[in-house]
Amino acid sequence: MRRTRENPEVHAGSMADIAFLLLIFFLVTTTIETDKGLDRKLPQEDNQTSIVVNERNVFRISLNKYDQLLVEEKIMSTDQLKDQVIAFLDNGGEVGTDGTYCDYCKGSRNPELSDNPKEAIIVLNSDRNASYGMYVNIQDQLAAAYNTLRNREAQRLYGQDFDQMEDRYYAPESNASEKNILKERVETIRSLFPMNISEAELNVQSQNQNL
Amino acid sequence: MSAFNGRNRSEPAISTASLPDIVFMLLFFFMTVTTISNNELLVENELPMATAINTLDKKDRLIEIYVGMPKQELAKTLGNALRIQLNDQIAQITDIGPFVLQELSKKPESIRNFVTVALKVDKNVKVGMVADIKKELQEVHVYKVNYTTHQGESGNQKF
Repeated sequence: MRRTRENPEVHAGSMADIAFLLLIFFLVTTTIETDKGLDRKLPQEDNQTSIVVNERNVFRISLNKYDQLLVEEKIMSTDQLKDQVIAFLDNGGEVGTDGTYCDYCKGSRNPELSDNPKEAIIVLNSDRNASYGMYVNIQDQLAAAYNTLRNREAQRLYGQDFDQMEDRYYAPESNASEKNILKERVETIRSLFPMNISEAELNVQSQNQNL
Repeated sequence: MSAFNGRNRSEPAISTASLPDIVFMLLFFFMTVTTISNNELLVENELPMATAINTLDKKDRLIEIYVGMPKQELAKTLGNALRIQLNDQIAQITDIGPFVLQELSKKPESIRNFVTVALKVDKNVKVGMVADIKKELQEVHVYKVNYTTHQGESGNQKF
């Protein structure tokens, strides 16, 4: 009779220990996956048309099997690459083939470098034995160069950074009217500095992939 | 002085009653933020670093391809050449095309056009291997790729 009268208290002292155990279990078993990366679009396979380009509009980058970088016939380290690419794209040398003069370019108008960022092509050749880490590093530097220039133009035209605009554009919470404005702006900026990276030919000298 | 002495004598015990709540909160935090990978990695996967990066799409719009050396403990069975992992199996390079198409057909029709192939390639893999994979993807007309990386400056810069 006496037992039912007073309810026995549940002992909560070990609750913390149990929770800690669970916590440690989750900490150990989960691997945090990265959700970041460089988005690229591969060329269409049937797109084999050859176009005539002026040599000054081509920026050649080669990566050899010792992970050395050759940029426009000069050996270079990757941290210099970004500035070189910006100088090349932003040069604004002459009137392009479509008759437009690059009036937003702030480069040195060097006759050796590109006419117009719309015509500038970056050709990236990498040896089959170069390391992927280095390859991504180069891709990253190229993307950083484009981002710098696009941010500059976006600041000039819309007072906002390009990557911020892009983030807002892809964000699911932005509403439709905002997206429409952003879409037009993002496309304008992209057309000012289109990303033309070609990886036309990879060396096929060493085919000893043991798979 | 005596007033202070009186106070000091009986030190109040710190209440630990809220400790479980705090720990549970931590637990829930970790449970929500971590993404549990649904397939066990069989290959080494040390991703390269990059700074000018985009955030990947939602997980259901991704097809993942892992490339790298087999893990140390698996080297006996898998050898020590580069391996490709699709889902939870080791595969040949020629399997990539059919695999991607099969994964695509599993996705609902409305998002098929937005599917990206995430290339999770170890940074010590040779470029030639990646080029071969890209070629396979082109053959099945899948053009959106993502070189998955970690965020940060890459440390070892050789020239």
